[in-house]
Amino acid sequence: MKRAGFDAIVIGGGHNGLVNAAYLGRAGLRVLVLERRHLVGGAAVTEEVFPGFKYSVCSYVVSLLRPEIIRDLDLPACGLEILPLESTFTPLPNGDYLVRWADHDLTRRELYRHSPRDADAYDEFGRLMHQLAFAVKPVLGMIPPDVTSFAPSDLAGLLRLGRYVRGLGADRFHALVKLMTMSAADYLEEWFETESLKATMSASGIIGTFLGPRSPGTAYVLLHHYLGEIDGVFRAWGFARGGTGAVSNAIATAAERRGVTLRTGAAVARVITRGGRARGVVLESGEQIGARVVVSALDPKRTFLELVDPAELPGELVADIRRFRIRGSSGKVNLALSELPDFTCLPGFGPHLRGAISISPSVEYLERAYDDAKYGAFSRRPYLDIVIPSLIDPGMAPPGKHVMSIFVQYAPYQLNGGWTDARREAFGDTVIDTLSQFAPNLKSAILHRQVLTPADMEREMGLTEGNIFHGELSLHQLFSLRPATRWAQYRTPIAGYYQCGSGTHPGGGISGAPGRLGALRILKDLRQ
Amino acid sequence: MLRTTPFHSRTALLCQAQNWRRWAGCVVASSYELSHDREYWAIRSAAALLDVSPLYKYLVRGPDAARLLDRIVTRDIRRCAVGQVMYTPWCDEAGKVLDDGTITRLDEDLLRLTAAEPNLRWLHENSAGLDATIDDVSDSTAALAVQGPASRAILRDALEADLDSLRFFRATRAQVRDIPLTITRTGYTGDLGYELWFDGRHAERMWDHLIAAGQPYGLTPAGMLALDIARIEAGLILIDVDYVPARKALILARTSSPFELGLGWTVRLDKGYFVGQRALRAEQARPPTWQLRGLEIEWDALERLYAEAGLPVELPAAAWRTSVPVYAGDEQVGYATSGCWSPLLKQYIALAHVRAPHTAPGTSLAMEVTVEHRRRRAPARVRELPFFNPERKRA
Repeated sequence: MKRAGFDAIVIGGGHNGLVNAAYLGRAGLRVLVLERRHLVGGAAVTEEVFPGFKYSVCSYVVSLLRPEIIRDLDLPACGLEILPLESTFTPLPNGDYLVRWADHDLTRRELYRHSPRDADAYDEFGRLMHQLAFAVKPVLGMIPPDVTSFAPSDLAGLLRLGRYVRGLGADRFHALVKLMTMSAADYLEEWFETESLKATMSASGIIGTFLGPRSPGTAYVLLHHYLGEIDGVFRAWGFARGGTGAVSNAIATAAERRGVTLRTGAAVARVITRGGRARGVVLESGEQIGARVVVSALDPKRTFLELVDPAELPGELVADIRRFRIRGSSGKVNLALSELPDFTCLPGFGPHLRGAISISPSVEYLERAYDDAKYGAFSRRPYLDIVIPSLIDPGMAPPGKHVMSIFVQYAPYQLNGGWTDARREAFGDTVIDTLSQFAPNLKSAILHRQVLTPADMEREMGLTEGNIFHGELSLHQLFSLRPATRWAQYRTPIAGYYQCGSGTHPGGGISGAPGRLGALRILKDLRQ
Repeated sequence: MLRTTPFHSRTALLCQAQNWRRWAGCVVASSYELSHDREYWAIRSAAALLDVSPLYKYLVRGPDAARLLDRIVTRDIRRCAVGQVMYTPWCDEAGKVLDDGTITRLDEDLLRLTAAEPNLRWLHENSAGLDATIDDVSDSTAALAVQGPASRAILRDALEADLDSLRFFRATRAQVRDIPLTITRTGYTGDLGYELWFDGRHAERMWDHLIAAGQPYGLTPAGMLALDIARIEAGLILIDVDYVPARKALILARTSSPFELGLGWTVRLDKGYFVGQRALRAEQARPPTWQLRGLEIEWDALERLYAEAGLPVELPAAAWRTSVPVYAGDEQVGYATSGCWSPLLKQYIALAHVRAPHTAPGTSLAMEVTVEHRRRRAPARVRELPFFNPERKRA
């Protein structure tokens, strides 16, 4: 075997794979990361697709990156800089708009303009979410207990979990139960009356899922987004200087400083197993590399059904993984712009362009967008979550020019008739048309556009069905159930073969938590 | 009414926060926006435009100009070449720091001194027998700092000057339309940056010109709150905050020598006579009792202190500037004078005066923190300064 001498091989150089490798390297293991593409980062990459313009190709904002990872790996010293993304601007078809600013009083005044009651409710709601997020936060940093096990460590885990829940008190516990079971729209309905406010807030509950704002279980994701922490401040969203690829690069640098070897252009064909143990990997080139630990940072479908022979796994697990919901629901449009969009409702340049821009005028608008997708079409009027990174980090585009990142939902992976080049362009046109209704100068400002469908994301980034979270964040696929009962602790039935992708707890987003928790599990197992 | 700077007509319009701070008898913006966040990030990730006109500025002219300044400050000004800038403190006879600033050698016999405090009388007192004249140009000279990674690209577009060969702590003359100016590659942010010095009558036109040229690069007017965080990250001390100038000290214990402020590197005892030389020579012979050091408060421990109160960590958004006790075990061994959460480094940091022998980097100390009305001690590690020192600063 060539290149022998690695203790661990991490398959997939996405941000979780890199975090995993960095932690293993930090513990003194000789680690090799194998990445299929020519650059590391997975779905968190910055690429100069059009000369002078840098796109955060897929993932585009940072909020959940775990502070302990930033500290443990000293990521700021490796080049990580997270700039604040301050506001959310929702232009409305009636010529009005809604903005939630970074400043509390400005937001209050703006909400008051729409509904004095909502202005009051917003503060109360924020306080509750803040409390719940603080209470739930420790769960993000714990390896989920196996609920089917009576092993002391699992029981201790359940006990700890029970303590958190009990510590909430009755009121907040009820709120949590509601969040876990209700739809985002219904839950927000209990608080607010302003349609655009409810819609924009519920939109964060549907990102990455194949569900509508009225689908039960979407309220939980509201909380997921409140868990974002930057500088220990809850609910702050950020933008990495240099694009999201800069997050991956900082983690890669941290890993290399801890002795990790990174290899790009190295696609893994399968994991070598013998006697129920992982022994290494075979690359698509035929090259074999041995190691006593193999970690998959890929999604559960690939981890269990492609990298190993399902025949080696318990039939129950295989069935669970086959059922695991990973339906891609979103697309991405990246634009190079000669000038900024000029919104009819709030003309000219202003601070509203520096935050998120959300095309989510009403809950009905979002639900109708979902209706299209339910029956296999992309939304005729999609939900758009837009940022203009070059306004926050001017280095993303040539001076005076801009890049725009548009997250689009819904774009079903299972499109009627399948995705073709023509359909991709039609989808891109729909997005541009939708946004142009609010900012008519957009079309003439476009210098270049990149359109990514779920099919593209599957092919380019290796995301099965183009699901950005490696599987939906719905209740039956979270915590001890992610990706499957009994196998939510980063292990697999094959000894020495582990998982650490977003398909494991606590799920998707650039959190790095699955990568870290996976590494902690491996290190613990190696000590025993 | 307090004095305003030559840029007031511009800064007043921008100052949405209506938040002003006093500086040398002037008012300057604390922050322009309601929060200083973006202004801080402009310094670190794009470029910021700062009005630093309130600095005291003196032009010293004549055959003995360099000698005059050399007699006052601790650095060897006779070795300051034309086009060079030197940062230096200056002391009283007891070797205690009076002030700190920069000296730019504009010409063989023309130097500019910047200072935080009025120094006209001190300059005159020390000029006996020297052929030099002193002009106080504090009011007539406007000063702007352009700081941040994009500052060079902005000034390259905005000015006719050879910026690419302008090294760190060097000066050059430049021209914008009909406005002559000097550019120094200096600043108070520890980042790539420049300071522009010109006649205050051109202030508004210069401001407008820079704003227009900088807009494509994200040039953002920034106030003192943003600057305060940047200068703590850069480990740069502030008069009246991190040290008491000897002239204002009511008791001897409040004074500091350059050695105690981490400025030992500026003291050239081997040069000719300068004020405080004898005292500093004596002090150099013995190890300093006090040292200025960085402190990094340990986050996990801080988080535990707050968790005991059922809270997440709550830190002030702006830098603080109060005296806070620092402990080794139960013994107080120093005091921190300014500190902040560094948004860039993701660390809670402070500048502190620490007594020997607790000054070695890596030493575990504790800093007092108030958690939910209770005084607690958070473990903190001694760090070498600066906290942040990017390559681009000198590159």
